Amino acid sequence: MVKAESRDLSFYYGDFRALKSISMPVHEHKVTALIGPSGCGKSTFLRCFNRMHDLYPGNRYEGEIVLQPDNANLLAREVDPIEVRMRIGMVFQKPNPFPKSVFENVAYGLRVRGESSRRRIEEKVEQALQDAALWDEVKNRLHQPAYNLSGGQQQRLCIARALATDPELLLFDEPTSALDPIATASIEELMHDLKERVTILIVTHNMQQAARVSDFTAYMYLGDLIEFGVTDELFIKPKMKQTEDYITGRFG
Amino acid sequence: MCGVLALAVGVLTFTALFVDMALDGFGRLSWDFFTSYPSRRPGQAGILSAWVGSTLVMLTTAVFAVPLGVATGIYLEEYAAKNWVTDLIEINITNLAGVPSIVYGLLALGLFVYQFGLGQSILTAGLTLALLILPVVIVATREAIRSIPQAIREGSYALGATQWQTVRYHILPYSSAGILTGIIIGMARAIGETAPIITIGALTFIAFLPPSPFTAGPFEWLFSPFTVMPIQMFNWTSRPEAAFHANAAAAGFVLVLMTLAMNGLAIWLRYRLRRNIKW
Repeated sequence: MVKAESRDLSFYYGDFRALKSISMPVHEHKVTALIGPSGCGKSTFLRCFNRMHDLYPGNRYEGEIVLQPDNANLLAREVDPIEVRMRIGMVFQKPNPFPKSVFENVAYGLRVRGESSRRRIEEKVEQALQDAALWDEVKNRLHQPAYNLSGGQQQRLCIARALATDPELLLFDEPTSALDPIATASIEELMHDLKERVTILIVTHNMQQAARVSDFTAYMYLGDLIEFGVTDELFIKPKMKQTEDYITGRFG
Repeated sequence: MCGVLALAVGVLTFTALFVDMALDGFGRLSWDFFTSYPSRRPGQAGILSAWVGSTLVMLTTAVFAVPLGVATGIYLEEYAAKNWVTDLIEINITNLAGVPSIVYGLLALGLFVYQFGLGQSILTAGLTLALLILPVVIVATREAIRSIPQAIREGSYALGATQWQTVRYHILPYSSAGILTGIIIGMARAIGETAPIITIGALTFIAFLPPSPFTAGPFEWLFSPFTVMPIQMFNWTSRPEAAFHANAAAAGFVLVLMTLAMNGLAIWLRYRLRRNIKW
């Protein structure tokens, strides 16, 4: 089942064409990884999915990203980007908890959606923290500032913050690049558990990580999608010479 | 090294002047000094009408300058498109911060006193000083907002927040320390301003207080004549009798303490509010 699909997607920063007619599916309840050298447009592509580019002037989309089951184009002019972000969560490269308490960080997405019942918010916060494998570590300090947590815990808090709002698709933008190997392992394990309930699209510069966590992989280079396929096949028997050069480390 | 030297020269000069003034005026400081009206007899004269006037003018100034200045700062940083119009506004604000205060006094005399007919009142003085410190408040608000990392905004938007929710729950709370500091620094400047207040025609000798909001109408006091601390000082220093100069020194001592207290409050508030905010 396809959860989302980009069709002939091009993206422009002003006059610069950062993405060139990208068409690829994102399969439901799978992890799809985007790999490629720095500047290849993988983060730019990811940020199209929750219309993050709308925050800055001079950006322009062409083509479509169709989200299922409604079969609607996310990039259509009449679609409110806030509606899109209500359904598609995002975890950033550097953990960015709000300078508030652990509890308030997770509750924020619910408050934004107008949830006012204290009991419902408490339930959701606990559930989200458990889903992010953080509950046992923070249950006694829910009302302490989030920045007291370690980097890995902060990143899991950001994941919990996104999960609390029940997203259909979760975007990860190099979520472990600022973390140590142990924290990275726990996030990767978490992604594996999460895909049962949410579709995941992840940008990573780490090919081993892509091989470990993903079911599908897309290799991008200079704004072009070079190859998309099942992760095992793409890493063992790439169809394109360029992909092979990159994953064997001869380039990039 | 040069910096330390320059700082030392400044601090030492200020301390010497302040101690000299305090020694001159210290003998006059008593409860009666704060509860008496000015008088022909220097021994009985006090600063009651002056400190009440200063307080009320400051209150009026804050009521106008704070909402307008903070809203302008937020608009320019978070909402306005970056184009030539905002550039123009920006240049104007920066220039306004450098305009001599007497020019604001002349503007207020023409606009508030004659054109709007607000009279030589607390309201006119408050509006004038509000204009004077508006650039300070706007610049402080913008600086405080600019120091918030973009990652925090993106985090908020990524959760589906609207622009207003982002401003309300993140931008304003996280910038409040810087904004408050700016407001207090602006107010500390306003409380010592003399020229624009004299220009709009504040009285130099006044032996009554503005009507109380409880007995007269709630806003009657806004239209009352008034005087402020620096004008009271100016009045006393221009008298020939030495005893009045002691009064002026005492009033100056109180005024400097008020300014220092406001700056102290700014530092303390900044420390308190920043303690809970880290990125």
